[in-house]
Amino acid sequence: MARHVTTRRKAINTAAAWSVAILLFFPILWTILTSFKPEAQAVASPPIFLGFDWTLQNYIDVNDQRDYFRFFWNSVIIAVGSTVLGLVIAIPAAWSMAFVPGRKTKDLLMWMLSTKMMPAVGVLVPIYLIFKTLGLLDSRIGLVIVLTLMNLPIIVWMLYTYFKEIPGEILEAARMDGASLASEILYVLTPMAIPGIASTLLLNIILAWNESFWTLNLTVSNAAPLTKFIASFSSPQGLFYAKLSAASTMAILPILVLGWFSQKQLVRGLTFGAVK
Amino acid sequence: MSTQSSRAAARLMLSPTVILLLIWMIVPLAMTLWFSFQRYNLLYPERSGWNDFANYTRFVASPAFMSAIANTLILVVGVLVITIVLGILIALLIDQPLWGQGAVRILTISPFFIMPPVAALIWKNMFMNPTNGLFAEASKFLGLSPYDFLGQAPLASIILIVAWQWLPFATLILLTALQSLSSEELEAAEMDGAPAIKRFWYIMLPHLARSITVVVLIQTIFLLGIFGEILVTTNGGPGTASTTLPYLIYKEALLDFDVGTAAAGGVVAVVLANIVAFFAMRAIGKNLEG
Repeated sequence: MARHVTTRRKAINTAAAWSVAILLFFPILWTILTSFKPEAQAVASPPIFLGFDWTLQNYIDVNDQRDYFRFFWNSVIIAVGSTVLGLVIAIPAAWSMAFVPGRKTKDLLMWMLSTKMMPAVGVLVPIYLIFKTLGLLDSRIGLVIVLTLMNLPIIVWMLYTYFKEIPGEILEAARMDGASLASEILYVLTPMAIPGIASTLLLNIILAWNESFWTLNLTVSNAAPLTKFIASFSSPQGLFYAKLSAASTMAILPILVLGWFSQKQLVRGLTFGAVK
Repeated sequence: MSTQSSRAAARLMLSPTVILLLIWMIVPLAMTLWFSFQRYNLLYPERSGWNDFANYTRFVASPAFMSAIANTLILVVGVLVITIVLGILIALLIDQPLWGQGAVRILTISPFFIMPPVAALIWKNMFMNPTNGLFAEASKFLGLSPYDFLGQAPLASIILIVAWQWLPFATLILLTALQSLSSEELEAAEMDGAPAIKRFWYIMLPHLARSITVVVLIQTIFLLGIFGEILVTTNGGPGTASTTLPYLIYKEALLDFDVGTAAAGGVVAVVLANIVAFFAMRAIGKNLEG
């Protein structure tokens, strides 16, 4: 906004906004700080903010005793696997709906979104039993399949929103210039579609990484991702604040950084372009 | 562009998505419906057979059911109200000229990317714990006795945790909408001497209406399924004080192994979600026309 404000006004705004931001961020900051404390100082009363004996011991312990990387690796495989598989299925679908729309396209899109309205808990029992029969319980493949199907409507919608914004005139211009279909796809459409595909990829990795209903209910230990690993700390014998903080910090940091980078696309992607 | 052959190709490109989503929707739903009329308990496999509406009557008549429905609705509405009211206020604040707007935005949006079990455990152990949580320390410092948040007010505590996770989303969407508001209109109103309250009520709020709808829709879809936060904090208790519909069905199915009753609960959940979805889809459809 180009309105004129006094420096005093701006200073007050800045102080207020920073207070709110730090207040909201504080639980995360506190977790990160706690992860570097010795266990005794993590529960000290009164709490110690910065003057504690900084240590990396919690990180070492979590990795050594708890086999952290197995869970981390499961999270990566499940999040990336389901997102990539979803993209492979959804790109052609979104592509055809954006560029060859029919009379029923809008209804079809609505129907796809409506499958997202089906509560996961409504189909928990059959999915659990099917997986039990097929031996897919506690397997990465099983989770990849479920998360792919669960996020497919969102992936299709996001891609459709992005593809729709590619102007058709550019295609026609390329055709006028005598471009072949192959070179049209390779040189004109792909470069314009890549940013949208990349944003969709990023946002769905974030959603899949944090998904916890299916991961908590369909895994035990083999395929358990970080959501399950962290949840296992909720039992009384797992109450080690510093170690839990170290494990939590490692679980949230990669996605937090991805999220910071994709916050602009997040608005467009998750609202399907309805908010600009 | 759409010739006969390109339309055929489009149909071919669409079919995998459509077929997969059809299977994903119909097969488990049909099974849930079938199981809901069966006597089916994994602990007593010999007792099986058609059960009429017994599962439904048992599920709906159980005292846990009414509190689960009430808790689910309170949770969804409570989080929506908190995130939208505070979201508007914070978005208005961040939209003002200030130093470090980018950094403020990044800090504010952060809770959205925290996985639910982590968010819940941070709050449970490090803030709400009555013996050594930060809230207890603050009460001691002020000379008050510590409050057992998750024991005394479990549902309100869970609403607080979930609202913390979703406030960033609401703020970000509303902020984006605010930034697209033309400043000329606001300036003109200001010149005409309209006070800030009136400018907010008559210009900003109508402009935000569409994004508020979107926030309500998307959050409702996710909030109806809140599960991980409850599992790691209260396990639905004490009693059924924080049991929601998803948690109740999970309990019937995977803790009590009563597939029939859980399936009946699943059907109830699907019906409820569809009532919500009916209004949601109409609103989305309307929003997309514009």
